[in-house]
Amino acid sequence: MQLSFPIAPFQARGPLSSQLLTALSLPADGSGSSLGGFIVATAEALAQCQDIVNDDDLQLTLFLLYGLHYGDVVQSDAAWEWHPTTIVARVAIEQALESTLRSTVPQPALPAPSQDAVARALFSLTIDDQGPSLSRYLARKATAEQAVEFIVHRSIYTLKEADPHSWAIPRLTGRAKAALIEIQTDEYGGGHAERMHSSLFADTMRGLGLDTRFGGYVDQVPALVLASFNMMSLFGLNRRLRGAIVGHLAAFEMTSAIPSRLYGDGFRRLGFSEAITRYFDEHIEADAVHEQIAARDLAGALAEDDSLTLPDIMFGAAACLAMDGWVAEALLASWQSGRSSLRVPLPESAARPLAGTAVAS
Amino acid sequence: MTPAASHPPVTITACPDGPLLVRGDVEITAPGGPIPHTRRTVALCRCGVSMIKPFCDGTHKLVGFTTAPTDPAGSGS
Repeated sequence: MQLSFPIAPFQARGPLSSQLLTALSLPADGSGSSLGGFIVATAEALAQCQDIVNDDDLQLTLFLLYGLHYGDVVQSDAAWEWHPTTIVARVAIEQALESTLRSTVPQPALPAPSQDAVARALFSLTIDDQGPSLSRYLARKATAEQAVEFIVHRSIYTLKEADPHSWAIPRLTGRAKAALIEIQTDEYGGGHAERMHSSLFADTMRGLGLDTRFGGYVDQVPALVLASFNMMSLFGLNRRLRGAIVGHLAAFEMTSAIPSRLYGDGFRRLGFSEAITRYFDEHIEADAVHEQIAARDLAGALAEDDSLTLPDIMFGAAACLAMDGWVAEALLASWQSGRSSLRVPLPESAARPLAGTAVAS
Repeated sequence: MTPAASHPPVTITACPDGPLLVRGDVEITAPGGPIPHTRRTVALCRCGVSMIKPFCDGTHKLVGFTTAPTDPAGSGS
């Protein structure tokens, strides 16, 4: 068979992702024969899976399936996006992921469905979070190599920063929609492409000698990092989970301003220039604004106007904290035992840590 | 000095236990001159511990800053 599209710049992690990657390099003809048996194989993989957030094959497969909606993950026939087989498989994997999250993440107590009570509950949930602190480690201890690894992990979400939550815009109405747009407008640089937060992050990566193409480091990141992005896509792409994506964004913003200062401090301690830290410096001020809007005008207003979403607002916030905690735990465990946190090393050409050579003059 | 109808009024939202959220077309000045800002909504520190004053950096959450009266019986004012 003749390949129609370039092979993906990363490797399969098992039979499902292998079959899908091969199929995506071929035309999505009506019969979808290159995905023959894929739905059954997905069901079997799910039946055998013990720990879905750490399952490499399932998380990469789900990442690829969501990637058909975002674009830029692999080049493929655009018709795969709505091919019935890719949709059926995606729904099966995302239902299993959601079910695991609901049984694993502790559901916070529900506040009254009022703007003030919901905002207070979200602030207290995020400030009481006792998860391991990646930001304190970066600020005080991380080596330059570890700081680069941190950026590689973050690139899976941050080169698409804000996009998973933007799926929620047409799924909300009224005050909550307006609040989300106020936040997202800022995320997207107020209409200036070079100020989009994803562009600022790409500047940081470029300054570190890293590849800024989306998905350029898929091979390097563990399943859990893909799961963290997949969870946002799950919440954003399902209208019934609009409470969860709103709660996720609120918790994400509430745990960003102070850590951003610490991340910036870490890169400065290692001798990196202002060009590298600009992304984090920007987020101190931006997310101190966003967390207020997200807590009150977005989550609080949604709970008042659409009170059935309240349990999922709190679930989405708790899931954000839990997932960030699991990722932080995995990275810190690697570093504290003297290992790299990457699945495979960075290519030789990329990311020689530039500390000391990029000091601001 | 009637604002044009197309310019909505500037609003300042006092966030409970948090900053002042300022929306609208404002110039922020300091003794040294105007303080540049690019975003349309800014959060101004009112707890006093921000490291990027006059803007909020979220640190109020770490110092127990509260805008509620701490002792209503004894506040007197």
